[in-house]
Amino acid sequence: MLRSLLPALSLALVLIAIAWLNPRAISYFGFSLMLNLAIPIALATIAQMFVIAGNELDLSIGTFVGFVGCVTATWLKDAPLLGVVILLGSIGVYALLGALIHLRNLPSIVVTLGMSFVWQGMAILILPKPGGKAPDWLLALMAFKPPFIPFPIIAALLIAAVVHFGLMRTSYGVILRGSGGNSAALKRAGWSLLRTKIALFALTGLFGVLSGMALIGITTSADANIGNGYTLLSIAGVILGGGEFVGGRVSPIGAVIGALTLALAASPLLTFMHIPPDWQVAANGAILIIVLAARVLISRRER
Amino acid sequence: MPEANADIIMPDGAEKLFGAVSLDIIRLDGAEKHFGAVRALAGVDFSVRAGECVGLVGHNGAGKSTLMHMVAGTLAPDSGQIAVRGGVEASYSVPRAQQLGIRCVFQELSLCPNLSVAENTRINHASLHGFGWRRKAADLIAAKLDEIFPGHSISASDIVGDLSITSRQMVEVARAFTVTQEPLELVILDEPTSSLDAHTAGQLLAFVRRFIAAGKSCILISHVLGEVLGNADRIVVMRDGKVVAAGQADAFDRDSLVTAMGGAEAREKTAAEIASGKPEPGLLRVRARPARQQDGNELVARAGEIIGLAGLAGHGQTDLLLAIFAAASRAKTGIEVTAPVALVAGDRQSDGIFPQWSIAENIGIRSLARLRNGLLISPQREAELAELWQRKIGIRTPDMNNNIFSLSGGNQQKALFARALGSDAKIVLMDDPMRGVDIGTKLEVYDLVREEARHGRTFLWYTTETEELDNCDHIYVFKNGRIVANLRRDELTEEKIIQSSFGDAA
Repeated sequence: MLRSLLPALSLALVLIAIAWLNPRAISYFGFSLMLNLAIPIALATIAQMFVIAGNELDLSIGTFVGFVGCVTATWLKDAPLLGVVILLGSIGVYALLGALIHLRNLPSIVVTLGMSFVWQGMAILILPKPGGKAPDWLLALMAFKPPFIPFPIIAALLIAAVVHFGLMRTSYGVILRGSGGNSAALKRAGWSLLRTKIALFALTGLFGVLSGMALIGITTSADANIGNGYTLLSIAGVILGGGEFVGGRVSPIGAVIGALTLALAASPLLTFMHIPPDWQVAANGAILIIVLAARVLISRRER
Repeated sequence: MPEANADIIMPDGAEKLFGAVSLDIIRLDGAEKHFGAVRALAGVDFSVRAGECVGLVGHNGAGKSTLMHMVAGTLAPDSGQIAVRGGVEASYSVPRAQQLGIRCVFQELSLCPNLSVAENTRINHASLHGFGWRRKAADLIAAKLDEIFPGHSISASDIVGDLSITSRQMVEVARAFTVTQEPLELVILDEPTSSLDAHTAGQLLAFVRRFIAAGKSCILISHVLGEVLGNADRIVVMRDGKVVAAGQADAFDRDSLVTAMGGAEAREKTAAEIASGKPEPGLLRVRARPARQQDGNELVARAGEIIGLAGLAGHGQTDLLLAIFAAASRAKTGIEVTAPVALVAGDRQSDGIFPQWSIAENIGIRSLARLRNGLLISPQREAELAELWQRKIGIRTPDMNNNIFSLSGGNQQKALFARALGSDAKIVLMDDPMRGVDIGTKLEVYDLVREEARHGRTFLWYTTETEELDNCDHIYVFKNGRIVANLRRDELTEEKIIQSSFGDAA
């Protein structure tokens, strides 16, 4: 049982550390600030979780988020119709990738690694240097300040609830997860594995788009490299949240908690620990390794 | 009930004597299937009637599974036709089989381990969707589990991966009998009791009899002959992709089934002449006890001996070979190994061959220490070793520096033998290495193995082909990961091996 509580425990641990280092951070304003970037990270983690549910991996999600950001800060503001078409088309590209990976039996790591350069290149074409501006409605949405509970927390709860219902409670969600658990059994029962793979990749595309838009709503302008770190963060978030690389074992609630943990551990915690910014990226990687190693140790002991 | 004339054991075509076509749930005529050069099914006629339980028995690779995959729609026959209730099915498939009420519980478990019991039930029922589907699925599977296995302790919300293998098999069986929109006419049970204990197996078989009494049909495949004899109305025996005997169950007994499976005709034995020139058994080389062995049985191999590991496929033979291999480099309890070991892999594509390397490099890899010249591998010594074994084992190639894939399958396997025999290993483990190798190559390798044994090497030889055991001095028969019989060559008959591998004692 310890294993299913692990994501929540690691989040609690990070929160306790922050509260101990800087008690004033535990406040409405503090959380709004610290969890500022948690929404796009959570959305990207959910996106990654869908492909992992089908035993695949998306190494392009980071540059895809950057590409979506560039589209959001340019076309979506200046020519909304064109912007919407491009974003929907990019979800379609994801669906096609899923079909290609299934039909040609290609390793998703290779395909998505290739695609990461395609997205990056297109992002640079759209926005050769940082700039652009988020659409006003998006800025207004992301700046929303509800009473009592900071917006990022409400958004995280909402994302977790919606995806949990869709993937864990609906009858087709069972089929999607089953395709990662035992695809041969699914095929024998008469389900199309092509369709499940397309659905999972399209959902990844959809949440990648939402992540990119949310990110630009917070940062207000875009940069072609803005999402590059998200590939690693999203994979780590899924695994930290109790997911596994193979076997269709994923948890949307866990993934969101994992994303929040990483968002907090990434920068606020390190800043409070007085670690200079130059070392924060390296420290980030070290925290990831420690947390994931602890997870493996605990789940192995349970077995 | 089948006609009275059915109680004679007959060769091919016996099914044709059975009842009117319209009574058949399913009928296959002249079904054939080839996998590459292997003929898995050679024109089989097979039928199941309403209200009948057909028992299907046969040794490994007899074609039972292939035949059942055709009935379930997961494999299409290369030639021959399939008819359901008298109507010929032109494009028979899984959805079509389900529509017609034909289900299958496959031998390898087909549940999703990451899903709950109720969710796994949903996978087999497209109609379980919409509001409240979870409740419906849970009720459906719980009711069926209660009906088949009263007193079970499985909850519909349990995650399958957390269940014991026994519970998983119970869920799998119960799921096959759940009904929503599609009808249920025929259930194929492929080794349904392999993971069940005696009590739950009894519950299942009692349920199957009730199911048959209600006018439904069943195909029962089991290696426990008593189950088949006690529960089937009619028994079909397969061997080498053909139906070799069929008849009413009460016309068979254990011995006649074993005879039919093994082939009654006497095989000529190559063994006698080799036995004469045999030196006295030498030093102890291997003493091993399988991890799951509970009694005192253990495997003992001495210098100069060829030891056969027999029994049904996947009953712990490979595991023991790998354990011995591991014990050679790191001490392990229960296994004693006194000399260097080499392994000849059975699955040469995944476990044996380095695909990018030449034939000579593939042979030399086990002997690098001897081929070394300072820090580097001496190409000259590598070539010498390769040429020696090319001559000795007869690898047919113009140049040993060619890529290993330039060889035919049989010659690739010879190269793997050369790798093991050319090394310093005194013990050679063979993991069913002759799979898919032509008979000419086989005979050459048999000769070589016997010659090497005369020179003091020890061979542990797992094989699924009973003929190969004639080359062995001593045969251990495996069942469920344990040694269940220990035969000297002069005691060896195919019947004895089958008798032990199919032993009803669990």
